[in-house]
Amino acid sequence: MSKLIVLVDGSVYGESVCDHAAWVAAKLDAEVELLHVLGRGDLQSAPVNLSGALGLGAKHTLLDELAAHDAERSRLAKERGRAILEVAQARLAEDGTASVSSRLRHGDLVEELHKVEADATLIVVGKRGEAADFAKAHLGSNLERILRTATRPIMVASRAFRPVERALIAFDGGASAKKAVSHIATGKLFTGIPLHLLTVGPDDTPHRAALDAAADELRAAGHEVTATILPGEPEKAIVDYIEAQSISLLVMGAYGHSRIRNLIIGSTTTDMIRKSKVPVMLFR
Amino acid sequence: MRLPSFDPAILDRARRDWFGNLRGDVLAGLVVALALIPEAIAFSIIAGVDPRVGLYASFSIAVIIAFTGGRPGMISAATAATAVLMVTLVREHGLQYLLAATVLAGLLQIAAGFLKLGDLMRFVSRSVITGFVNALAILIFLAQLPELTNVSWLTYVLVAAGLAIIYGFPFITKAIPSPLVCIVVLTGLAVFFGWEGVRTVGDMGDLPDTLPVFLIPDIPFNLDTFMIILPYSAAVAAVGLLESLMTAQIVDDLTDTPSDRNRECVGQGVANTVTGFFGGMAGCAMIGQSVINVKSGGRGRLSTLSAGLFLLFMILVLGDLVARIPMPALVAIMIMVSVGTFSWSSIRNLRHHPKSSSFVMIATVIGVVATHNLAIGVGVGVLLSGLFFAWRISRAFTVTSALSADGQTRTYSVDGQLFYASSEDFLRAFDFKEAVDTVVIDLGNAHVWDLSSVAAVDMAVLKFRREGADVKLLGMNEASKTLVDRLGIHDRPDALERLMGH
Repeated sequence: MSKLIVLVDGSVYGESVCDHAAWVAAKLDAEVELLHVLGRGDLQSAPVNLSGALGLGAKHTLLDELAAHDAERSRLAKERGRAILEVAQARLAEDGTASVSSRLRHGDLVEELHKVEADATLIVVGKRGEAADFAKAHLGSNLERILRTATRPIMVASRAFRPVERALIAFDGGASAKKAVSHIATGKLFTGIPLHLLTVGPDDTPHRAALDAAADELRAAGHEVTATILPGEPEKAIVDYIEAQSISLLVMGAYGHSRIRNLIIGSTTTDMIRKSKVPVMLFR
Repeated sequence: MRLPSFDPAILDRARRDWFGNLRGDVLAGLVVALALIPEAIAFSIIAGVDPRVGLYASFSIAVIIAFTGGRPGMISAATAATAVLMVTLVREHGLQYLLAATVLAGLLQIAAGFLKLGDLMRFVSRSVITGFVNALAILIFLAQLPELTNVSWLTYVLVAAGLAIIYGFPFITKAIPSPLVCIVVLTGLAVFFGWEGVRTVGDMGDLPDTLPVFLIPDIPFNLDTFMIILPYSAAVAAVGLLESLMTAQIVDDLTDTPSDRNRECVGQGVANTVTGFFGGMAGCAMIGQSVINVKSGGRGRLSTLSAGLFLLFMILVLGDLVARIPMPALVAIMIMVSVGTFSWSSIRNLRHHPKSSSFVMIATVIGVVATHNLAIGVGVGVLLSGLFFAWRISRAFTVTSALSADGQTRTYSVDGQLFYASSEDFLRAFDFKEAVDTVVIDLGNAHVWDLSSVAAVDMAVLKFRREGADVKLLGMNEASKTLVDRLGIHDRPDALERLMGH
């Protein structure tokens, strides 16, 4: 039985994340594991003493202070974490997901996810976490970190869940995009959903050949495929296409460029997730 | 263009180590830099070199270790522990040999890191660490004595005033480092009154006026030189790693995060090697400053880097003012570091803790204070704690015996651990003079750990045979399973059962 890992926190995306997970779980007949990680949080709240003086037993006093601070925060965070997981579990039960387990961990979100993701088919996460700045068009820093480090496919849930009627595969011919196509062709998740393949760039032979190969692979697996090549800037063309064709799920390869390039000019992936109003599924 | 990709998880970790706590790290770095200046100057004076050597070292070590170290948030710089080791080298051979010894010490530390000697820290018990910390505090305090003997009465007054400011000012505000207030106030007074009998930093030697420059130590490169510096380098390397790994442990405890010990060894080595080439002396992690760093909110690598950069900025820009700081101000700060480093609770605990632990702790302190070499003290402590442990385990076995109904068969059942320290007691437990036909020695519940105990078992069998008894040895194969060196067996979940549960 395949497994979904669903990251939940106290953000407004909580319900939608559960709904997305329930949809995938029903399609794949998968079990759901809810994961909530109690981070150490911001260090700003830790007691700070800039006096620079070391009194008698400074080390012990400091250890006691820091431990007491952490203990208080951890207790509260733990109770809150349990509540979050219970709410999520209830929501999944409402959505009709049978097999749900939950896991509450201390530590760093990315590291904890790394420990459990090995046997997961898919990771579901909200577009913004509770720590994210809600100014429009900002992604949570945790989401970016997960996108960059996760080894499994990721589904980034949008603000509200809509049943998936048409999916778009943004096909740039890269390794991740090809992997996405193979994954879809062999998997059950997209059975019965019309697929659109879109390459943005000049309509020349190499592009056309790669796109046709991908379309054939999907058709061979019994999918209904529309393959298109559009000129222009990828981000804009994809967003326009989603609007025009009322696409309800975007699939793409994650982080096709080098990290250096990403650092300097930002990445298409991050940009797409930011601009997209539909859920995004990412493959590496 | 696609560059070779790094493991994203490692990059993520690095980013967090560096930028996870921006504001806290920079502020803490500033506070720590203030605590580094007196220490670097004081330790240069201990080692008998210009303050410049210690200040360059503190800058260079802090900046390099920020990148290469295995414990984010730990502060390393020129330290007392390494400075006291190099006093005779400087006195007999001069500064250039000190620089060469620093480079060699760094190379030895890098080697230790690659040989994964950091893992040996498991043999350094809590009592040894406490003894080390106390000894270090005593060393730091002793190093202040030259500034406190044969000086004018005014010096004592100023030291007392400095201590009053350091400990009293935090009651007024904790937003300004009190050691800084101490320095500013005492320097102001000294400049204003122009006291004659009070020494200043400028009297102790040259301060840096340029950025450190790269130079190869000016020594003859031959075996003689190597043999001169090797003992010093080895001692510095050992002490530096010990203090660094112990400090890392303390920072681990304070921040509840792990550190990479072997990376720390290599990091310390790189820092010292490079520092030697830039005219600085060897250093290592500092317990007092690391505690100050955590206390001031420093957690990440940036805190160490900014401490080093602020230090350089202060000595280059404020060099003239630094030269006018009266020594009593620095002595007061170093007394504070010494008092803060000492584990006062360990004195209270002497009454409650097991006598053997207290003995190990005190032996470590005495070993250090007598030799001024922390490595020797720790060696003594580790040896003693090993012996005490062996002594206890050696008594963790019992031999019970039973005579059969017909009085002709004696059965000895051995329980517990047999090794070199218990083999004599083991032999003593048998009654060889009892005249029976059959002797059964059942080792089914015993563990034979080494060849001494195998020999003891053989000897027991032989002795009974000499007395004409028929000897049956039961369970020897099982018991001697532990004989094989099974290092790393704890990785398997059933290791303990396999080893113990036969």
